Amino acid sequence: MDFGLSEEQQQLKESARAFLSGECPTTFVRKTMATEDGYPRELYDHIAKLGWTGLIVPEKFGGAGLGMLDMAMVLEEGGYAAMPGPFLFSSVLAASALKLSGSEELKAKWLTPLAEGKAIGTVAAVESAGSIDARDISAIAIKGDGGWHLDGTKMFVPYANVADFIVVAAKRDSDIRLFVVDTKSPGVTIRSLKNLDLTRRVTSVELRNVPAERLHGGGSDLFGKLIDVAAVAVAADSLGGTERALEMAVDYSKVREQFGKPIGSFQALKHAAAEIVADVEPARAMLWYAAYALDTGAADASRTAAMAKARLCDIYSRGTDRAVLMHGGIGFTWEHDMHLWFKRARFNESYFGSPAFHRERVATLGAY
Amino acid sequence: MDLQFTPEEEAFRLKVRDWLAENMPTSGLSADREGRDDKTWLTRAKAWQHRLYEAGYVALAWPKEYGGQAMDPVRQSIVNDEMVRAKAPYLVGGSGLGMLGPTLISWGSEEQKQRYLPKILTAEEIWCQGYSEPGAGSDLASLKTRAEIVGDEFVVNGQKVWTSGAQYADMMFCLVRTDPEAPKHRGISYVLIDMHTPGITVRPLVQMTGDRGFNEVFFDNVRVPRKNLVAKLNEGWIVANATLFHERNMLGSASGSEQRFNRLLALAKSITRGGRPLTEDPVFRQRLVELEIRVEAMRFHSLRQLTDQIRGKNPGVEAMINKLVGTELNHDLATAAMEAMGDYSMLSRDDEAALDHAYWPYEWMFSLGLVIGGGTSHIQKNIIAERGLKMPKSR
Repeated sequence: MDFGLSEEQQQLKESARAFLSGECPTTFVRKTMATEDGYPRELYDHIAKLGWTGLIVPEKFGGAGLGMLDMAMVLEEGGYAAMPGPFLFSSVLAASALKLSGSEELKAKWLTPLAEGKAIGTVAAVESAGSIDARDISAIAIKGDGGWHLDGTKMFVPYANVADFIVVAAKRDSDIRLFVVDTKSPGVTIRSLKNLDLTRRVTSVELRNVPAERLHGGGSDLFGKLIDVAAVAVAADSLGGTERALEMAVDYSKVREQFGKPIGSFQALKHAAAEIVADVEPARAMLWYAAYALDTGAADASRTAAMAKARLCDIYSRGTDRAVLMHGGIGFTWEHDMHLWFKRARFNESYFGSPAFHRERVATLGAY
Repeated sequence: MDLQFTPEEEAFRLKVRDWLAENMPTSGLSADREGRDDKTWLTRAKAWQHRLYEAGYVALAWPKEYGGQAMDPVRQSIVNDEMVRAKAPYLVGGSGLGMLGPTLISWGSEEQKQRYLPKILTAEEIWCQGYSEPGAGSDLASLKTRAEIVGDEFVVNGQKVWTSGAQYADMMFCLVRTDPEAPKHRGISYVLIDMHTPGITVRPLVQMTGDRGFNEVFFDNVRVPRKNLVAKLNEGWIVANATLFHERNMLGSASGSEQRFNRLLALAKSITRGGRPLTEDPVFRQRLVELEIRVEAMRFHSLRQLTDQIRGKNPGVEAMINKLVGTELNHDLATAAMEAMGDYSMLSRDDEAALDHAYWPYEWMFSLGLVIGGGTSHIQKNIIAERGLKMPKSR
């Protein structure tokens, strides 16, 4: 019985912290925020060399063949740094959709360049309803003589503006299936949406009779498995973001003085900070288990992934909200960095299912 | 990360499970119903702990020379899990096992360890905790119970309060002021007091549950041998905190929460509201899941701490939250159950129509007591902020 990180995982986390604090300070995040596409290419070349882009890609396809618990170390640090760009969407979600499928040809075509940092992928699931619920997805997949074609309009698709391919969720009869679309294909129209969280870019993707390749196999519910991976990935980013917000608020409370003493000596602020700690620590253990459960195919993997997503996104939103408040007026300014995490928490909360959606998933899977 | 137990550990688990199935007393031991000053209850409760000890299932990690088995913490956690699973009765010697014992192992003299530890295990001596006073609750270090040194003895005068189990305890671990001139944290000593010594008066207090669980204890020129001092004179505060650490981990233990949640879920399934089971009410359903998620998170959090213990890592901020989170979670579970019962939550446990064997009214109140005892949630948050996050002290 060993419920903890391995030495390698701890080292991966420490090296990610060190790398991002050097290469991705908030000055860099802000510089990226001001760009048109929100995609810091040089940083991505760098992280590809570190092996992050191929971390969970099987060795056969040029990756490191590691699991979600290892990836959670990097994602947590990405959240801590508010790392901009498509990493989570490409190297975790698009990579996982391909990896979990049985389509060897598509893997060879996309996974290898993705692992090498030469291709960017993303996932398009949600539509105008703004909900990941399968009942709110109406894009359709049609099989004709020339193979599969997709029709529909996807929204809130992260980084389709820089992606080479998109994993698209579409209806075939009443089931949701996953397809791969090349963004250069005719009939694909990508428009940028104005995102609140400027550390990410979101787009709408219009698909008009677009040729697509179906992701086969991977069990009956590939879409469900992708939801599990997304849940754990977003939860890991949220864990890191909450830690950063707490750290900033606590540091500030030690230097800001009112009534002749540091505001951190007041119990109102102490209790707010302590409540975040009390939320974060058990949730951290839950995240570890959720990632481990995905890696080992545990029976409760989906359920625990949903728990981790619901819990950590709630904690992130509440934690950043409290952290802004602990800063007072300065925390409300554009100049102060607090709002980067405050807004990122909002993105995380809704992306791939709200806490309420995931709690319902927990209830259903638990036969309540 | 590897959550597999070894085949030996799995075999051990089954052995414990079988033993409990055969040997667990089925009635007469619930600590809530019976008055704890009832001698029959006390005899039975001591016999149960003694039997469990003889079987090898009490304090397995304690050193062999004091009656333990020096086993790794995994075995102890297996026993704890199985005890909860079997709904085994509470151990009457809990204060000794969970609080004083671990403190003495770190801080006691060799003579004290040999004298006291074995009898804690067998329930031959039951301990109570002499900490709070009428004027010293959250501000424990302002305690005034005075111990003056006269020859080879301390002469103790003063009063303790909220002393659970004092009505039947044989011994008390007690904080006394030995230097009234020193700053408040530096004039306190940690002494072991025989509750049968002349000059001690125990007056029961009735809790909001209607039970007599805790007491006032008065000391009138009580003579305590000097050898009953733990650690050095006037250095009792650090020992007191060691005990508090153990107490808080005990109170915040996640092991009971899972069972309580399962009971709450079964209750909610059994209740019909607006023509459907309460579990299908979208609002209550969400609330149940929120609670289950918190319960599960604490279960994983405990496993993480167990692993840290095995790896020999010193507990950090993650250990400071156990009491706060665990006790509030248990109270929230009970509160949800009370709300689930609708108007049935008006009934006391003594009404025949009370739902779910009248488990919840008592649990709801008692669990709030544990949010207070051992340092209130407010004090826990101060500790997390000041010791864990190094935020500046306000005092």
